[in-house]
Amino acid sequence: MYDVTYLRPTNLKDAVQLYRATPGCRPLAGGTDLMVMLHARTLRPAPRAVLDVWSLLELKGVRRSQGMLEIGAAESYTGIIRSRDAQEHVPALVAAARTIGAAQIQNRGTLGGNLANASPAGDTLPVLLAYDAVVVTDRRSIPIDQFFTGYRKTALQPDELIVAVRMPLGRRVVFRKVGTRAAQAISKVVTAVSRSPARVALGAVAEVPLRARRAEAALERGDVEGAIAAVADDIRPIDRRTVAQNVLRSLLDDLART
Amino acid sequence: MTVRFTLNGAPVSVECAGSRRLLDTLREDLGKTGTKEGCGEGECGACSVLIDGEVVDSCLVAVGQIEGRNVVTVEGLAGPDGKLSRLQQAFIEHGAAQCGICTPGMLLAAHVLLQRTLPPSADDVREGLAGNLCRCTGYTKIIEAVLSCTT
Repeated sequence: MYDVTYLRPTNLKDAVQLYRATPGCRPLAGGTDLMVMLHARTLRPAPRAVLDVWSLLELKGVRRSQGMLEIGAAESYTGIIRSRDAQEHVPALVAAARTIGAAQIQNRGTLGGNLANASPAGDTLPVLLAYDAVVVTDRRSIPIDQFFTGYRKTALQPDELIVAVRMPLGRRVVFRKVGTRAAQAISKVVTAVSRSPARVALGAVAEVPLRARRAEAALERGDVEGAIAAVADDIRPIDRRTVAQNVLRSLLDDLART
Repeated sequence: MTVRFTLNGAPVSVECAGSRRLLDTLREDLGKTGTKEGCGEGECGACSVLIDGEVVDSCLVAVGQIEGRNVVTVEGLAGPDGKLSRLQQAFIEHGAAQCGICTPGMLLAAHVLLQRTLPPSADDVREGLAGNLCRCTGYTKIIEAVLSCTT
């Protein structure tokens, strides 16, 4: 375990101030990714503090706001699954939440964490892309298709905190996850699709969760077969060359440090 | 920091780093070794405990996050007189434990399931225990033990 300072603000205003004032600080919500990395000491650079946002009331809840459905960044997947509003307005997100880990993970995992962690295999991320979700931070709103900038990289500034996610009402999105087993599996492919507007979003097929733009263009024309053919050109799976390069980079980083 | 919470019905107070894993505090600071460490990555469920009635992996929880919360470990399932719960008794009668590492987590996940979903089907039990891996692969007897508590 890293020796980190544990910070527990009691409201969002204090959280934002503390986060800005503390270099090397990582936000901590349900801990399903961060606690593992803290314990295994696999974070680069090594963190100096964690900011516990799990209990902040401003980051909890599912509500309708300005014609959108708004979900707090630290609301658990269980909270989303049980929310009547989520079931009615974003059923594909509820379906995705139900495939994440099992009860233990659904009780702790959050949308804010899934977004900040930005894994290409993040289960909710293609769904958020298909809904044209907006990531609301302490200072601005970021359209989801501008959020993922590289492998596990996001458009967030180092001191920017995710507060909520907003999605439009009334869009019909379907979701499918393919993994090695029904529960508790890392995704092989995650897909979320909307016909109108045409959205084809995929996870675990590139270094970022992505929208398949060629497939979307075909779908926009009503060309279903064309969309299926085009998706092969839209994806860019992380291949062994990329893995080898990443491993080599990480090893050389370690060598340089010792 | 000082963290105060309720453990198996009794108030406790521990002095430790807020980022310490709840799993380590339970086992090492409070001597509650019924909670087991399996993978340490939130995959296996061996370290499952209940926080405010919800099952979580204690390897993923920072102690600072349980201030004021109600934590139940496997030690809290039996009655104050040490009498095993119906579910625990059913695990014994059905031979639902082999090496025993997964048993505390299985019991807590099944305990929540039996409170939430009555009566659960075999599929409900499989889904409710999907976050608990048994390295002896003795799932059939575990599921039978849980289902025996539904009548």
